[in-house]
Amino acid sequence: MSGPSSMRTPLARVRNLGSSHSGTKDFWRQRLTAVAMVLLIVPVIVVVIMLLGRNHAGAAQILGSIPIAIILLLFIVASVWHMKIGMQVVIEDYIHNEKLKLASVMANNFFCIAVAMASIYAILKLSSGV
Amino acid sequence: MALSIVHRATGIALYFGTLLLAWWLIAAASGPSAYANVQAFTGSLIGKLIVFGYTWSLMHHLFSGIRHLVWDLGYGFKANEREALTWGALIAGISATVLVWIIAYAVGGGR
Repeated sequence: MSGPSSMRTPLARVRNLGSSHSGTKDFWRQRLTAVAMVLLIVPVIVVVIMLLGRNHAGAAQILGSIPIAIILLLFIVASVWHMKIGMQVVIEDYIHNEKLKLASVMANNFFCIAVAMASIYAILKLSSGV
Repeated sequence: MALSIVHRATGIALYFGTLLLAWWLIAAASGPSAYANVQAFTGSLIGKLIVFGYTWSLMHHLFSGIRHLVWDLGYGFKANEREALTWGALIAGISATVLVWIIAYAVGGGR
């Protein structure tokens, strides 16, 4: 249908399809998460500095408090989403073997989702005070 | 200036650096002995070097990223503006890293 005899121009066929076949969504989300982290970075650094020099009980108490848990959850979601998109761009730029590229993109997704889930689980557990 | 590759390199460093962050949070959720392991690592020389490198990567990527957001909005494309933004990001990244560590030492005694 989109072969050499197609009426559609090459530009029309690729328009809105990025190299990841998801168009400009990733471009927008990269900027969205970037701005989110610009807003969150100062509170996050304050939280980390608050935790310095404390033992486990003190750190767990701070990490489990509601505002701090929410700040960290927001930062984790934004950063993991941002880095998933960023690493996919790097993979697509440097890996040209199609199968290796697909495997790498898949591994990137697995890594990012695992890091996100582990971190989110830890914060929710600390928040529930168990 | 060819700092865009540094933006990418610090991004990749931060990508793998999240493992340290996740380990720290999981340790805090696991209990005192797991948390003590993290503290022993971050308190060691190699641990401190990694955390310092992570701090600089984060600060550089932040300011270099703001530079990209300025460009996304269509500003700062003149030759002198590009130079200023790039040097600004480099200097701000190093300054913020040093500032954060000074505050960290003042508040937490280096831990």
